[in-house]
Amino acid sequence: MTLFAGIDIGSVATKLIILDSNPDKDKNIMYSQVVPSSHDPEQTAKDLLEKGIEAIGEEPVKILATGYGRHIADFSTTTATEITCHAKGIFFLYPAKCTVIDIGGQDSKAISISKKGKVTDFVMNDKCAAGTGRFLEVMASALGVDPPGLNNLALNAKNNIKISSTCTVFAESEVISLISKKTPKEDIALGVIASIASRVASMTSRLNIIEPVFMTGGVCQAASVVTAMEDAISRKIKVPKDPQLIGAFGAAIIASEDKS
Amino acid sequence: MAGRLQSTKRLKEYMTAYYIDAKTAEGSNKKVGWITSGGPVEFLIAMDIIPVYPENHGAMVGATHQGGMLCEFAEKRGFSKDVCSYARSDIGGLLSDDPSKKGPVGGLPNPDMLICCNNICGTVMKWYETVSRYLDVPVYIIDTPVIHTGSIPEEVIDYVAAQFRGYIEFLEKVTKKHLDMDRLFEVSLIANENVTIWNKVLRKCANKPAPMTAFDAFTHMAPIVTLRGTQGVTDYYKALIEELDERTTQGIGAIDNEQYRLLWDNIPVWHKMRDLSTFFANHNAALVADTYTNAWASTNITTEGEKDILSAYAKAYTPIYLNIGIDKMIDVIKGLADIFGVDGLVLHSNHSCKPYSVGQYDIARRFHDETGKPSVIIEGDMTDERSWAQAQVTTRLEAFMEMLEADV
Repeated sequence: MTLFAGIDIGSVATKLIILDSNPDKDKNIMYSQVVPSSHDPEQTAKDLLEKGIEAIGEEPVKILATGYGRHIADFSTTTATEITCHAKGIFFLYPAKCTVIDIGGQDSKAISISKKGKVTDFVMNDKCAAGTGRFLEVMASALGVDPPGLNNLALNAKNNIKISSTCTVFAESEVISLISKKTPKEDIALGVIASIASRVASMTSRLNIIEPVFMTGGVCQAASVVTAMEDAISRKIKVPKDPQLIGAFGAAIIASEDKS
Repeated sequence: MAGRLQSTKRLKEYMTAYYIDAKTAEGSNKKVGWITSGGPVEFLIAMDIIPVYPENHGAMVGATHQGGMLCEFAEKRGFSKDVCSYARSDIGGLLSDDPSKKGPVGGLPNPDMLICCNNICGTVMKWYETVSRYLDVPVYIIDTPVIHTGSIPEEVIDYVAAQFRGYIEFLEKVTKKHLDMDRLFEVSLIANENVTIWNKVLRKCANKPAPMTAFDAFTHMAPIVTLRGTQGVTDYYKALIEELDERTTQGIGAIDNEQYRLLWDNIPVWHKMRDLSTFFANHNAALVADTYTNAWASTNITTEGEKDILSAYAKAYTPIYLNIGIDKMIDVIKGLADIFGVDGLVLHSNHSCKPYSVGQYDIARRFHDETGKPSVIIEGDMTDERSWAQAQVTTRLEAFMEMLEADV
């Protein structure tokens, strides 16, 4: 075996993929895991990697770190941004010119990928939590549920409600005031999700959106978000299996291709 | 690495002498005029008035990380956080009672008059009116209509030239002196020389490797902005050119191993100059040109074919970079990209500077479509260090460098 690890240290979750990559063979995922990043992301990442190595019984030859915590991972061989890693991961699975929308815990990005798999352009949310997973976490907490609970509520909504403030703090007070007016929580949840979708859609529209459009990152595990995004950009969206792991997967592939 | 330019030491001495002059003017027979960075300073020079630039001070405020503190003084008085941070920190410095909290050089010398030209933005009008009210000094506002397309209409030249006549009357009234038009003509010629030589300085970066970067240009632009119209500017840049030529002769670049050549758009992030310059150098990238310092490399006052010198001034000062349409801005950017052989464009979306930042997404898209080269937009503020998200900026810039590296 020749093992390569990709570790994506995000603000919410840390993701690890260990690949067995041999020129004569397909790339085999030997280990994959998602854990909360905790208050000590560096230690979390180290522990996760150790667990992976223990499970396989062999050390990776190269480790590539990505995500917000990429620079604190002193055990990594090299680093790359999430933008490059998500693009790599998606292009490996679907080798075609396409667009990737990644909504993570702390930021959201839209990436244009060429037919050769190169990033040709990208946009990121501005320095504000609106349009990120954090926005949904705050709103879920205001509604007394966890993020998957927010998705479940939204799937049962009957009416469209507009959350007009894009500021996370103001949107939270808007949600609280809707609760106090006895607005059904399901409708509020859908309003919250439509709000993030509209925010990310307007950001994505700055790119020349080329289909197919993929979504990656933890947030698109919520079916309601994907539907709302499809409405907002008026295009179908494909979600790969384990979308949260695409960044780590792309990181492991880059590590395996690194000639240095 | 080539290290700091030797000229930087002389620049410090030069600018210190200028500030000492300005700070000691009060009580002497010399008058001080505050003027906007795009304002026609030649009239002040011709009348022996010391020009002072709150925007230059704003840059120093940013570079010394005092922006947040000074802006808060203005915010406490009700100025919105969305108002330009040069304006907020300038007004904040005026409002501060603590002499140690008035900004670098202990705050600016008090003005005898204010000259405001809106060719750079609309904020300057309210800003200067506010200062005029606080300090009870007269203000003269010059309105230059935006030149969206094509050449400047004759009626615009007449409109602006008429205001220059008013400008002269204003200066004569405040100083109780007469403006000698021959002297103005002479100063205009010197200003043209200054602009021409500044352009030559910047063009030195067309050499590969570039002997200096935009970060050096941001520092060395001080004389062309503040002392335009004086012989010292030409002398200073002559020596700087010698130093740059020496580097080029020896094959020395401002950064080691220059692999990527980038173009910067917008005012620098003054409070992050060192970090950004280190970041790019570490990625073998040199910022070889920028739209900001280039804005002072083309305002030639030429009387040829004009009715008079005031029409020549109108023609020089109206269609400056921030007072033109977006199509023309894109032409300028593409022109610079071509001259300096750049691989990509870095745009600073500057929270403070709306006229500079509006349209950057269109500029980036058209730059990419028309040149095939990538761009990146980072968000920040020139002076207010509170408007900066380091992790966000780092990710964007690193992803941009990864795009460029993938092209090799």
